Amino acid sequence: MNAASRTLTSSPEIVRARLQGRRFDAAGFFFRLLLLAAMFVTLGLLALLLFDVVSGGWGVISTRLGDFLTGKLGITAARAGISQGLRGTFFIGVFVVAIAFPLGVGAAIYLEEYAPHSRLTRFIDVNIRNLAGVPSVVYGLLGFAIFVKALRFVTGPESNGATVISAGLTLAVLVLPIVIITSAEALRAVPDSLREAGFGVGATRWEVVRSHVLPYAGPGILTGTVLSLARALGEAAPLILVGATTGYLSEGAGYSLASLQERFTAMPIIIYTWAGRPQPGFQEATAAAIVVLLVVVLLANTVAILLRNRYEKRR
Amino acid sequence: MPPDSKLKAKKGIPTAQRLDISRSPSDVSLTEQEPVPVFEVDDLSVYYGAFRAIRNVGMTVCERQITSFIGPSGCGKTTLLRCFNRMNDLVDIARVEGSILYHGINLYHPEVNAVEVRRRVGMVFQKPNPFPKSIYDNITFGPKIAGLKGDMDEIVERSLRRAALWDEVKDRLKDSAMGLSGGQQQRLCIARALAVNPEVILMDEPCSALDPIATGRIEDLMEEIKSEYTIIIVTHNMQQAARVSDMCAFFTAEVNETSDTRTGILVEFDKTEKMFSNPADERTENYVTGRFG
Repeated sequence: MNAASRTLTSSPEIVRARLQGRRFDAAGFFFRLLLLAAMFVTLGLLALLLFDVVSGGWGVISTRLGDFLTGKLGITAARAGISQGLRGTFFIGVFVVAIAFPLGVGAAIYLEEYAPHSRLTRFIDVNIRNLAGVPSVVYGLLGFAIFVKALRFVTGPESNGATVISAGLTLAVLVLPIVIITSAEALRAVPDSLREAGFGVGATRWEVVRSHVLPYAGPGILTGTVLSLARALGEAAPLILVGATTGYLSEGAGYSLASLQERFTAMPIIIYTWAGRPQPGFQEATAAAIVVLLVVVLLANTVAILLRNRYEKRR
Repeated sequence: MPPDSKLKAKKGIPTAQRLDISRSPSDVSLTEQEPVPVFEVDDLSVYYGAFRAIRNVGMTVCERQITSFIGPSGCGKTTLLRCFNRMNDLVDIARVEGSILYHGINLYHPEVNAVEVRRRVGMVFQKPNPFPKSIYDNITFGPKIAGLKGDMDEIVERSLRRAALWDEVKDRLKDSAMGLSGGQQQRLCIARALAVNPEVILMDEPCSALDPIATGRIEDLMEEIKSEYTIIIVTHNMQQAARVSDMCAFFTAEVNETSDTRTGILVEFDKTEKMFSNPADERTENYVTGRFG
């Protein structure tokens, strides 16, 4: 029955019958079912992954978690620890926060709030998006060429440049486009009426940005940047190229600044190396290391969410 | 009554604090029969890229009068309004030709400081847009960045009182402005504009998002502050223009045959009374009588 004939049926009996007859919307129902299935498949895979990892590493986590976290890399799985990996990952995180965040957020503020919306800025915008899609291995090569080779005298002459400084800088560059894109998106979500309100009472561009735009966009910027931090902490490929150690690592200078110029390793590298070892016990240790890395990343995200909630309340 | 005596009637604001350059000693001799021009618009055209939004507008806006802009949608009323405080600067592709003299200075002269212009020419927008901060902070932001010295609490109270909002919010100044009703938010925006002691207030359809009661309050408020401020209001509501304004400008849009775009033109500008009773132009008459074609 088409729409035209439907409107013609105007007798009260027919209208009443139409209103009361409950029809089954089959197409809608199946579409909804499909969406539900998509969600469950995604969640299910994630849950399976988590279960697999946690159950695999449970032997290590439940029996010797303290030793595992503070111990050093070793030949035998039973005594192997990940303290050096945690240290490397920690420093990488510090570099990303200290370098990629200010640079990326700054570039985003310039692009969104100051730069004229010309063809050039659109060109730049598109290319930043392209950069975000460049495979991380390529960034590894870039890091190797620039930070490990060309800037060796800064990043660590003693260790041939294969240091956590090189790694941190490389990963900072890797996530820079993501930081810019997410920050720019957060700034774009600030309603223009808010900027106009600021300008309308005689504020300068800087006063509008500082007092109104940034506070409004802050939570969004924060979420985006912390997600990019999580990405940086999980990257393995660039670290391999930059020269992260996969085996023996000297005693080291611990968390002191001097250790920045020493050879290093990081959590994803440990996971990658251990996963390939045939000796007994290393599969368990790998799973435990994955759990630790996941917890670190989740902690970062939790902090971001808490901070965001605090900021949003002040809005 | 000479303008000077009105200054004294202002609730305790020292004259020097007013950001006002119009009241030179020579003003004292002027009477209300000879209104002082604040803006003199001459042959003004505004372009957005290649598109001409309004063309060849000329008019004089006088001190302590309410001037209304009426006309159908898309005839450039808002575009013109936003020229008076250089708000169009914020649109990258906007370009202005011709001149607007503000106390004899061309606002579009390259050496004119747009920020300073906006401190003297405040604006109230179509949709209430309070800052997502407390009521108190909404008022104090302008005075703070303008470097106004003085008791902020007093500025807040004075501004809110003038905007007829004080009694409703005095007990919750620290609450977020977003919790106010639409009408209250708009009055807060007016209070925020008044807080920096501007000379002119531009209102871009300030009541279009409000119910009739809130609209009535804003209109009363305009009537009340008219003795101290020059007001230009864009409105779609002809009764509103007739009720509140002294002078009225009617705009319409002419269709450009070649590009299928519309360019706004000023049809008639006269005393509101005359515009609504005996307009000179047929198009004005058709519009104000509801026979717009």
